[in-house]
Amino acid sequence: MAEAALKIGGGPRQTTFMDKVMEVLPEGGNLNLCLTCGACSSGCPATGLEGMDPRKFLRMAALGLDEEITKTGWVWCCTQCRRCVHACPMNIDIPRLVYNCRAAWPREERPKGIRGSCDAALNTEGNSAMGANSEDFQFVVEDVLEEVREDQPQFKDMQVPINKHGAMYFLNQNSREPVTEPDEMVPLWKILHTAGADWTYGTIGWAAENYCMFLSDDEAWEKIVRAKAKAVDDLGCEYWLNTE
Amino acid sequence: MRKTFGDDVAKEMRFVTKSVVGEENFIDMQPNMSNNFCCGGGGGFLQATGYGEQRRQYGKVKNDQIMATGATYCITPCHNCHSQVHDLSEHFGGHYQVVHLWTLIALSLGMLGENEREYLGEDLCECGLGSIEE
Repeated sequence: MAEAALKIGGGPRQTTFMDKVMEVLPEGGNLNLCLTCGACSSGCPATGLEGMDPRKFLRMAALGLDEEITKTGWVWCCTQCRRCVHACPMNIDIPRLVYNCRAAWPREERPKGIRGSCDAALNTEGNSAMGANSEDFQFVVEDVLEEVREDQPQFKDMQVPINKHGAMYFLNQNSREPVTEPDEMVPLWKILHTAGADWTYGTIGWAAENYCMFLSDDEAWEKIVRAKAKAVDDLGCEYWLNTE
Repeated sequence: MRKTFGDDVAKEMRFVTKSVVGEENFIDMQPNMSNNFCCGGGGGFLQATGYGEQRRQYGKVKNDQIMATGATYCITPCHNCHSQVHDLSEHFGGHYQVVHLWTLIALSLGMLGENEREYLGEDLCECGLGSIEE
């Protein structure tokens, strides 16, 4: 926080961080329409964390306290759930301001766990945030399927297609199951099998998660979404089912 | 889902849930739909190294909501929610079960295998098993 009292007015108005964010948001995110009512903060689970709340954050942005809003760790405590937008009478998009403040952090200073998840996704062909490679993914799926077919007679004919061209649905899979609890993939397979769905996994872009978005790394986020969308197109699937 | 597609999607989820567990076993938390509170697992919070304490403090709001229902099972719609709410259940000592919807759908259809019951409590972990395995 500023140590001396803020002096309002006198001299030309400087362009603030909030002004710049408004330029890139549809309708400027309505960021300059705040009535200071506090409906946002009263229903925000992040209120009080890091000495901050949504209203305070927005008011500080409006006052041009750029250094404070681009350095507070509170931006990593806001999940961008958008409840504040829902509650706001002026439909102010505080989460987008949070997103842009995250992006103002030097990449190497953003939380290591989110950064590592984004980097792992960039470094695997399946875009897995847990760094699982596609051969392991395929092996685990086939191994678990074989066991189900042997142990559970009603599913002895169940298929789990991988890279099936022309399937109607391309299904992503969160890395957590194949990596840490593979049996948890099975209920969904059974539901799809029972419903008679024409679906497939892919070995390219199979992972459902995308932490580059939470890292506010636009370039990486876009790269991963495009890689996954291309994988769906390349298999000629009609629908992309993303479970996240 | 609700964030992007609105309350209609949340209503569809309630239709599925009630169909699976029975209307009489479904308890909506308060507030709900678009007035509900985020659990605190999303947005990268679970992976935000150095913010674990804040994440649990954030999640206390959700934990209190769940405890107020008195329900013994909480259904979570995604992986982040599942991890977070499961952690809240342990951390704050509520010890309610936290399950994915796919688990209950498969259970209700009589096709949930023995190894697919990690998150079910003792009351349901053997439910309908006889019809699955030989």
